[in-house]
Amino acid sequence: MVEYLLILVSTVLVNNFVLVQFLGLCPFMGVSSKLETAMGMSLATTFVLTLASLCSYLTYTYLLRPLGLEFLQTISFILVIAFVVQFTEMVVHKTSPLLHKVLGIFLPLITSNCAVLGVALLNIKKSNGFIESILYGFGAAVGFSLVLILFAAMRERITVADVPAPFKGAAIAMISAGIMSLAFMGFTGLVAM
Amino acid sequence: MALLNLSSPHHHSLNRTSRLMMWVLLATVPGLLAQSYWFGYGTLINLIWACALAVSFEALVLWLRKRPIKPFISDGSALVTAFLLALALPPFSPWWLTFVAVLFAIVFAKHLYGGLGNNPFNPAMVGYALCLIAFPVSMTQWAGTESTLNLAQQWQWFWTETMSGGIDGYTQATPLDLMRHPKGLTLDELAATNPLLGLGLTASAWINAAYLVGGLGLLALRIFTWHAPVAMLASLGLCSGLFHMGEPDLYPSASQHLFSGATMLAAFFIVTDPVTSATSRKGKLIFGASVGLLVFIIRSYGAYPDAFAFAILLMNLAAPLIDTYTQPKAYGHQGNKDNER
Repeated sequence: MVEYLLILVSTVLVNNFVLVQFLGLCPFMGVSSKLETAMGMSLATTFVLTLASLCSYLTYTYLLRPLGLEFLQTISFILVIAFVVQFTEMVVHKTSPLLHKVLGIFLPLITSNCAVLGVALLNIKKSNGFIESILYGFGAAVGFSLVLILFAAMRERITVADVPAPFKGAAIAMISAGIMSLAFMGFTGLVAM
Repeated sequence: MALLNLSSPHHHSLNRTSRLMMWVLLATVPGLLAQSYWFGYGTLINLIWACALAVSFEALVLWLRKRPIKPFISDGSALVTAFLLALALPPFSPWWLTFVAVLFAIVFAKHLYGGLGNNPFNPAMVGYALCLIAFPVSMTQWAGTESTLNLAQQWQWFWTETMSGGIDGYTQATPLDLMRHPKGLTLDELAATNPLLGLGLTASAWINAAYLVGGLGLLALRIFTWHAPVAMLASLGLCSGLFHMGEPDLYPSASQHLFSGATMLAAFFIVTDPVTSATSRKGKLIFGASVGLLVFIIRSYGAYPDAFAFAILLMNLAAPLIDTYTQPKAYGHQGNKDNER
């Protein structure tokens, strides 16, 4: 039980996927200009990441390893994840047309997101078990959502600030992300994993 | 600042920015004196150097942006940043360490966001955290309490980082550092075998008490409200008290947490920053309590023995979200869900 808690603390705070491992930066910069969009994106990513780590674990353990096809892991994970994301998009399209409209291009973008593939590959590399894999994916998604939502709320404030012209927009967002990363360094050493 | 609905005749409030900043500067003086008494001239040299740098950088950026220089310089906010940095940096900081810290604080953390009132992060804490990560050795050369450098030695160390016989004879691990890595001993055994721990604790208790006095003075002048500092001290005290009761051999007591490191400096001078903390009263309570909790977690389990810079930066980045969800309802809108937000 303690071990599972440590996995969550480790993935959410100490080894945060965005700010410490620098994975999933495109949606972090792209979908963070409005708080509501960021929340929609967070929910979609949480769903996809958890499901993707589950599917990739099953694929690897029950399909690739018995057949001795471990070298195909990257390509088969991409396939599995693409399927999962497509499925999510269909669900969102049917249940919430508004959310689908707001997220627009970003939902298919998760397919090629490095964070999703990264979680799947890191699970194999760390030889995580079934529950560990799911928790690892879920924790990664929670960490991603946390910083995405905090960043979106901060960017809404920076938009109205008197930023010098050359630093407006993406530049000041990158600087803010850097300072956020600096702040997250404070969690170093919290969990040795 | 409360917006009281008063009838005429109106009397001008004197709480202009420059006056607030001047009071904040004055309130740090007891702490500054205590720190200089225990650790030597280092803090004073830091302070003068940091003030000169801060004002120069501020003027430079304002000139580059073609803004009026005098009104922005004279609001005193750059001096407050310089004071906080100089007090937080170790007394044995060489000149370049302060230079880097002030450069990042004033230019990157403050003016790239548009100057005072627009910066989401506390400038002094950005400068401090950056140096702590980039130059860990220089940032942990904290002065010892037993023998301090004389002014000439301090001056030489400040510019050249050379010292006959080495600086090691004058540096000492801080109490928080000693208690974080007790080398297998219980805290009582550590205190019995290492006299430096007791000395260090005494020194930091005096310094923290001096900051407490200055902070209470600011509170009495109503420069800030009580919410954030009280929430911070209460949550830090509560967490450390509970853990100390559970395992007194591992966790320092609440009073040791509250009166060591930068606790009081942070509680009254940094957490109360009107720009980078939450705005509403409820928001300030959440902000302060979370800083206290984060400080306890990082102090007890993290790699850095004192955690204020990180805890405050982490809550700075959460402050806009806290503000979004703790927006007070306008009068007459209570219970009317349709008119929320």
